[in-house]
Amino acid sequence: MLHFSRAKMLLIALVCVFGFLATLPNFVSKETLANWPGFLPKQQLNLGLDLKGGAHLLLEMDRTELVKDWLINIQGDVRKRLRDAKIRYTGLGATASEVRVTLVDAADRDKALTELRTIATPIGNALVGTSGNDVEIAAGDGLLLTLTPTEPGIRQRLAHAATAAIEVVRRRIDALGTTEPSIVRQGEDRILVQVPGFDDTAKLKALIGQTAKLSFHDVHQNITAEEAQATRVPLGYRLYPDQENPQIEYLLQETPIIFGEDLVDAQPGFDSRTNEPIISFRFNQRAARVFGDFTSKNVGRPFAIVLDNGVIEGKRDVKVLSAPVIREPILGGSGQISGGFSVEEAGNLAIQLRSGALPTTLTIVEERSVGPALGADSIEAGTRAFLIGGIATVILTTIAYGTFGVFAVIGLLVNAVLILGIMSMMGATLTLPGIAGFVLTIGMAVDANVLIYERIREELRNGKPPTSAIDAGFSRAMITIADSQLTTLFAAFIMFWLGSGPIRGFAVTLTIGIFTSVFTAVTVTRLLIALWVANKNATSGRRWTVPI
Amino acid sequence: MLVPEFKGYDFFPHHVRLKFMRYKELCFGLSVVAMLGSLLLFFTMGLNYGVDFKGGSLIEVRSTSGPADVSALRTKLGGLGLGSVQIQGLGEPTDVLIRIEQQPGGEAVQQVALKKVIDELGAGFQQRRVEVVGPAVSSELRTTGVIAVIAAVIAIICYVWFRFEWQFALGTVVALTHDVLLTVGIFSLFQLEFDLSIVAALLTILGYSVNDTVVVSDRIRENLRKYKKMELNELLDLSINETLSRTILTGVTTLVVLVALTLFGGEVIRNFSLAMLLGIIIGTYSSIFIAAPLLGFLGVKRDWSGEAAAKPGAAAAAKG
Repeated sequence: MLHFSRAKMLLIALVCVFGFLATLPNFVSKETLANWPGFLPKQQLNLGLDLKGGAHLLLEMDRTELVKDWLINIQGDVRKRLRDAKIRYTGLGATASEVRVTLVDAADRDKALTELRTIATPIGNALVGTSGNDVEIAAGDGLLLTLTPTEPGIRQRLAHAATAAIEVVRRRIDALGTTEPSIVRQGEDRILVQVPGFDDTAKLKALIGQTAKLSFHDVHQNITAEEAQATRVPLGYRLYPDQENPQIEYLLQETPIIFGEDLVDAQPGFDSRTNEPIISFRFNQRAARVFGDFTSKNVGRPFAIVLDNGVIEGKRDVKVLSAPVIREPILGGSGQISGGFSVEEAGNLAIQLRSGALPTTLTIVEERSVGPALGADSIEAGTRAFLIGGIATVILTTIAYGTFGVFAVIGLLVNAVLILGIMSMMGATLTLPGIAGFVLTIGMAVDANVLIYERIREELRNGKPPTSAIDAGFSRAMITIADSQLTTLFAAFIMFWLGSGPIRGFAVTLTIGIFTSVFTAVTVTRLLIALWVANKNATSGRRWTVPI
Repeated sequence: MLVPEFKGYDFFPHHVRLKFMRYKELCFGLSVVAMLGSLLLFFTMGLNYGVDFKGGSLIEVRSTSGPADVSALRTKLGGLGLGSVQIQGLGEPTDVLIRIEQQPGGEAVQQVALKKVIDELGAGFQQRRVEVVGPAVSSELRTTGVIAVIAAVIAIICYVWFRFEWQFALGTVVALTHDVLLTVGIFSLFQLEFDLSIVAALLTILGYSVNDTVVVSDRIRENLRKYKKMELNELLDLSINETLSRTILTGVTTLVVLVALTLFGGEVIRNFSLAMLLGIIIGTYSSIFIAAPLLGFLGVKRDWSGEAAAKPGAAAAAKG
């Protein structure tokens, strides 16, 4: 156990040098780092949100809403297909999970089924091939036909919605111009948003959670809102409240002239005359043409600009921003709106309009945010605990094992450097529990040395000569070390598997620490002792004792 | 050589043979009482679950204008109609921790409640930390926590079973259950906040406790081969005594580090460090006073010369 080949010694030395170099970037500034020669590692430790400060939001998509929207779509499809095929039906409607339609004539049943089957599209991907359809069409007893979205179909919808939602959320956060956010899908219907270094979570939440959709509606030509309130709202029309005074309502056509999706750009700005914050916007070509046509035909009449803010605090927030009278045809496909916004409101609204609508309402199911000040305090506290714990360990080890204790301490230092180095290279994230794991690893890493040294003492007490006692100490303790470290490794793996964020950081540090501490205890320290023994044998012959 | 030569201080009186087995009935008795007590506490007082498991919100704020007036805040926030609002001062007189219980009515309501509190606090406070966990996530985290502990115990048992005789595995199970129960019991007794990080601490304790048990078990197995005629209790005593210096030294270095973490590691991980500190003490106790003596009760097969020696692991151990 005390013989090392030159190649092995070189390898151990290389690993230590590598660890040192990989750790170094953490102790210099980013500017210095930029000027470093290319062959040196430049990766710095990734700090977790709990140390750097930042926001962690777990958003949940509304599955029910998504299905409901889909059912409404299917309903529209059914209406269109049956009408085009001239099949008469009564009672077209949707329940929570399916669309039902009742035919008038039993003779149309097969024809209707064939028509409706075209609504369903096969689900599949390139790898597994198809696996059924997204909608199942079935004929019940008699004249009733049902269209049921299948479970795989719903899952596919969720997946698409998640991709779209991630895109929208990313665009919104990017517009804030902060550091790289991480936005990933988690599980089936959740999205995890992590924005490091951003402490204004209220703003973040408002930006993410709200959908803003601008649409342009025709105002009813003959009936005023008061008349409609008094009698009834005509089919295809709806009453919309005014943004500033909800008492005032407008009777608008439900289907807009221009949809929110047609907006290609929105920018905040100021009105050149009144200096009021405004939003200038631009439509796509198609919408520009439609809007040009509409305004040409309706000079002198009002139209309404409606802002749909999505669901806020459980209520749908739709209101009329303004209902200007068309003075002349608006042909360029661009314009501006003023709605009594504050500068900040105009900015946020522009971001929301620009980034498009969210495919579904996103609810915040978990929020964890840490201010940068607390993060900095945590780093300071963690470093202090590390230094105090580390110094205490060094003192204890040195007192208990003398010269060999110093070798163990050198092993510990290499261990600490290696953990930091490997974590930097891997791009692993250091969290506050991670620092605790790091400190704990230092304390527990001594265990391997303690096992070896106690064994050496025992062998010496049993009368073995120094060299063979040291040798036996290392080889016998080895199995115990492996056994005991493996079990901690299990615990760490389970934490990594089940944990999130900070806990994962703890698991990662612990795992790396286990490997490095075994390496340093059984190779680095052993090498030092082997060199010491060789030196002793050369200088003092066979007559020396173990300073332990 | 660069390192000066000096002898270490061997604090441990190696000639002393402590008779651990003589007290095994007493220790078992105490431990059984402690375990039952922990169960009783768990079922009567319950645990003071943190937002991770209970849902609700936690806000840590720092007053920007001198020390925070906790009682004034209490009346101010208590009147918001959000159920129980706990307000607790922290290490710094300017810092306050506010806990809002989970609001009935689903996910979005939690955010509404949070906003109410933040609006009510006004500009005089700077937010340092906000945690909001909705009903869905908190119930998932509860399940995750339980699964994590059970999975860790099973993985460890399988490992010990594979490496040792079944008696060792059983001893380990009892010791681990003991450690987890007692730690949970102490958290219940002092109503310390129990959240996800405590589960992580429990897992680490399991790892450490098994580590300890394995070291003692390794020695027992070695001695079983070495002293074929020795009476089992005497052999167990010998094994514990032989590994005692190691147990104490490793225990002390780990404890020192954990004390440093608890005292200086900051408010956020204080409970986490404390749980580990307790667990390490309990875990060390259990490997000496529970796991090893249990082997005496269960009886371990003494003849290792036959098939056991054929096992590669055992052969390697025997060789060293």
